Amino acid sequence: MPYFGSEETVKELKRALSNPNVQADRLRYKNYITRVIRYMTQGLDVSSLFMDMVKASATVDIVQKKLVYLYMCTYASDKPDLALLAINTLRKDCADPNPMVRGLALRNMCNFRMPGITEYIEQPIVAGLRDKASYVRRVAVMGCAKMHSLQPNIEIDASIVNELYALLRDPDPVVVVNCLRALEEILKDEGGVVINKPIAHHLLNRMKDLDSWGQSEVLTFLLRYRPRSDDELFDILSLLDAFLQSAHAHVAVATLRLFLHLATAHPAVQADALQHTSGALLTMCGSISRELRFAGLCHVQQVMRSQPGLFAPHYKRFFCAYSEPSYIKFRKMEILVELVNDENVTLVLEELRSYCTDVSPELAQAAIAAIGRIARTYSEKCLDILTGLLALKQEHITSAVIQTFRDLVWFCPQSTAAVCQTVEACVDCPQDSEAKQALLWLLGEHGEQISSAPYVLEVYIDGLKTELSSSVKMELLTAAVKMFLCRPAETQDMLGRLLHHCIEEESDMCVRDRALLYHRLLQQGVEQTRKVVMGPKSDPSMSVLTGHQQEPVSQWVSNFNTLGPLSAPDLCIQTPLISSPEQPSNNAEEELLPVSKDVSPSIPKDDQEELNLYLGPPLSHESFERTWLDLEVLHRETLSYTRPRTTPDTLQAALQLVKIQTLAFTPGDTLPWKAYLYTRGNRTLILAELLQEDPDSEGRLVVSVKQQPPNQHALRGFVSILSSVLQTLNVDS
Amino acid sequence: MTARVRFKMISQIFILSSKGDHLIYKDFRGEAGKDSINVFYEMVTALSGDQPPVVMTHKDLQFIHVRQGGLYWVASTKTNPSPFTIIEFLNRLAALTKDYCGSLSEKSVRMNFALIYELLDEMVDYGYIQTTSTDMLKNFIQTEAVTSKPFSLFDLSNVGLFGAETQQSKVAPSVAASRPIMSSRGEQGGKNEIFVDVIERLSVVMGSKGVLMKADIQGEIRIKCFLPSCSEMRIGLNEELNIGKSQLKGYSSAVCVDECRFHQAVKLDEFDTFRILKVCPSQGEQTVMQYQLCDDLPCPPPFQLFPSVEKDYVNRVLIFLKLRCDLPPKSTALNVSVTVPVPKGAISMSQELSSPDQTAELQPKNKALLWEIPRFPGGAQLSALFKVDVPGLSSASLLEVGPVSMSFELPKQTCTGLQIRFLRLSPTQTGLSQRWVRYVTHSDSYTIRI
Repeated sequence: MPYFGSEETVKELKRALSNPNVQADRLRYKNYITRVIRYMTQGLDVSSLFMDMVKASATVDIVQKKLVYLYMCTYASDKPDLALLAINTLRKDCADPNPMVRGLALRNMCNFRMPGITEYIEQPIVAGLRDKASYVRRVAVMGCAKMHSLQPNIEIDASIVNELYALLRDPDPVVVVNCLRALEEILKDEGGVVINKPIAHHLLNRMKDLDSWGQSEVLTFLLRYRPRSDDELFDILSLLDAFLQSAHAHVAVATLRLFLHLATAHPAVQADALQHTSGALLTMCGSISRELRFAGLCHVQQVMRSQPGLFAPHYKRFFCAYSEPSYIKFRKMEILVELVNDENVTLVLEELRSYCTDVSPELAQAAIAAIGRIARTYSEKCLDILTGLLALKQEHITSAVIQTFRDLVWFCPQSTAAVCQTVEACVDCPQDSEAKQALLWLLGEHGEQISSAPYVLEVYIDGLKTELSSSVKMELLTAAVKMFLCRPAETQDMLGRLLHHCIEEESDMCVRDRALLYHRLLQQGVEQTRKVVMGPKSDPSMSVLTGHQQEPVSQWVSNFNTLGPLSAPDLCIQTPLISSPEQPSNNAEEELLPVSKDVSPSIPKDDQEELNLYLGPPLSHESFERTWLDLEVLHRETLSYTRPRTTPDTLQAALQLVKIQTLAFTPGDTLPWKAYLYTRGNRTLILAELLQEDPDSEGRLVVSVKQQPPNQHALRGFVSILSSVLQTLNVDS
Repeated sequence: MTARVRFKMISQIFILSSKGDHLIYKDFRGEAGKDSINVFYEMVTALSGDQPPVVMTHKDLQFIHVRQGGLYWVASTKTNPSPFTIIEFLNRLAALTKDYCGSLSEKSVRMNFALIYELLDEMVDYGYIQTTSTDMLKNFIQTEAVTSKPFSLFDLSNVGLFGAETQQSKVAPSVAASRPIMSSRGEQGGKNEIFVDVIERLSVVMGSKGVLMKADIQGEIRIKCFLPSCSEMRIGLNEELNIGKSQLKGYSSAVCVDECRFHQAVKLDEFDTFRILKVCPSQGEQTVMQYQLCDDLPCPPPFQLFPSVEKDYVNRVLIFLKLRCDLPPKSTALNVSVTVPVPKGAISMSQELSSPDQTAELQPKNKALLWEIPRFPGGAQLSALFKVDVPGLSSASLLEVGPVSMSFELPKQTCTGLQIRFLRLSPTQTGLSQRWVRYVTHSDSYTIRI
């Protein structure tokens, strides 16, 4: 932030600082120094005062020293030659009898970020490591890491590394933790600090001496240790048991993560640890600090991926408080949707219903969408509420309800009749284009069940000239054509007008092309059109695998207690999945999971290089189908062999081994034989189809892969993994 | 995966005012430029209300921030640390700033920026948290805190908290606890006091007929100690204190809580038998015990509402509210405010309130009316009639009235009934001028459906 007249200010300060009268008056001098720091914080460039500040460092006043050091550390890299002038004073301070002065000088000297400094700091650091004051040792240990970062290419000094390893036994707990941190940085090219059995047990025994920050840091380092035997494992776990109940959220969560990590082979222990910590997690979700609340909620969501039932009895803890910010309310609603069961559904719905009239339209719409999600299981109760909301005749509510209806009909066809009845009875024409599209889709898709459908359509066709959104026009065309196919007498005339208008007068190319397409299609005859437009709604072979599956803990534990859950990288794959262009209603859902795509990839991931396939949250066959239909084939390859002649179980199990999920396949020997697969890896979702048309001879297996978002590297990796599995299976059989 | 290098360090810490002024900026590792402050401020102000702001990403830099005292407390990092650690650290930094500066505001941070730099310098080295304990820090902090005298007699920021009750003779002045812990000069400086506060937050959802649907209490015992060094303090809680759901309540007057958590420094050897906490409080504020009670309220909910909502004339809604305070007669609720959502499009309102100190106003922007009652004695019943004009009112619009939410403070009250029987310092502390025990219950969320 450049200030007006900043040059004047700096000049004035310079004059004052070099004024002998000021220098003689301790308080006034210090006052000017304070002002320099204040301007520096505000963003003013005061580096030209460096010389004067160096002079000011020679003082017995510790406060003044600290301020000057802060200044010097900030500008040392800009003025390396001048900074060297300060070194002498600092080195002298490093030998001061007062340990506080020694530590202060050493810390700040190491903070000078300029290349030439190492030769001056090495000796004081080595001396500091053996200082009798723990304060100085702490500083010196961190100094080793700083020194290493100043000259990263120079060979690691083995004697310093050894000294640091030895200092892991230091009586001062902060020195111990600092040693771990410093070693981790210095040895980063070799995989960081080594946690072997003696070190691990030493650290475990020191746990109770550490403060909470040290504890959570050590717990993170211990993630690297693998116990040699089950006995050792359980010894460790019982040592750590008390920390699961720590009053500090960060310690409790770090302990939980370590538990889950160590007990990978003992799901019962993991479940037990989750049960134990659920209280702590719930407390975080009710913490005064809303940021902590948010972090707690995000982690509860992670746990629920494996144990959806764990928090169900505590569902009331996820009711939204009036004063909470929206982003917390959104998370709570997501959780409520997940933990609904037979016992709590009535109360949860009642609570969600009370959010639907919230003053924030986004929140109201999210609440309506949440009710829609619950409706997939408890349709009757939810439909009553949604219908009741229509009576409020409020724009944003009606819009959200219609969009929810459309999704509901798609996911849960048995509710079609009830939805159609409601739509028939109480829908006025919505105003926003999202809702218009949803309504038109419903009318077109289920026009035969809504007696007034053609008349509603007619209103839209008559109002076409004033319609601005081309997506609404496209939807209208589709709906009108579908309607014509099931109720030709009532629709023929208006369809003609619509096509005429769209072909002759429409300026939007897409709409015109769509109209022309339908026009030509209709010229082929009604039956032909019906085959195309009203084709089968879903592939009958994909009628398996619905419902929510519990994921193993290992799926999310590597992300637990990191920033990942707070920016929801896992969900960003799911979100675009549900809201394909034809299904814009899920916007509300998108707001529930506000994931910006540029957030997730930049979270440092350690597996950038190689492809790690994982299954991730299960994909329902509807969402698979929709994604499949939306995406382009990115890669098609004819393999040099036929489909494996193994039993379906073997195929499924073999693919599962390499983390590829089989969603559906043609049973038996029927041809054409198809199989649909999916997997995730390197932040993309990979969908694949295997197809064999003819019996044998020419009929090679064709694999088509789609991907979201595209990632060539992952795609190639996937194809090679898949083909090698299939090949192996072929050889075996 | 096991050999993965795990760095968890903070790159920069900065404190910004709500207008984006830089109050404090410290770069620990020199890996991110100074313009990241402005990047952060642009990002955080561009967010809409429904986007979670806690973690934000700009290129390879992550910002984690908390809001305290109207300020942004921000840590930036290039690594992927535990969000809990960073958030709790920033909260701790804010708490320490409050301890050392007396209060938490833009002004106090501005005035004490040298002190805060000094704190930060000792708390974090090279991006790694070193210590946050006052006992350790006080040896290193040399700067004297600068406090500002309150401008007016009515420093409203503090009055509400513990209630400026004057009926009882011995009530701690509300501003007594908001002063720097270290000041050695000044008129208040000499007082070596200890405040022990029992603070409960109540969250309640009531159904339409006064049925209690949800009731949670989150409580904590907080000590604020102004003594430079304090010997062991014994805090005696109710002898009949049951912990955990399993125990049978019977007819005893036992106080029940579901779960307790204690500060690391609390010694619990006498807790199981005598319900005594032993702690050596360090200077400043600390929470020694947190507890919670869920789905159960040992006392009747403090407020009952009897609403009636009718359509009057064509475009008018009549909302008649009868509000009863079910506290014991000697107690009083303070700063009671009642928010009633009204149908969309409400343009004006007239009201009949039962006393002149109450106020009510229509807030069309929030689609709600706000009824405020500064003092509400236990056992009393107040009623109010609101006539809200809504053009184009339909009968369905009446469904938009509700749920009602309330906020209030109950000084000298705990809903769980948790009490401090005694505070003993052993051996007798020299130089201690005053020990205060204060109770307060806040409404975290109090919702009544209509």
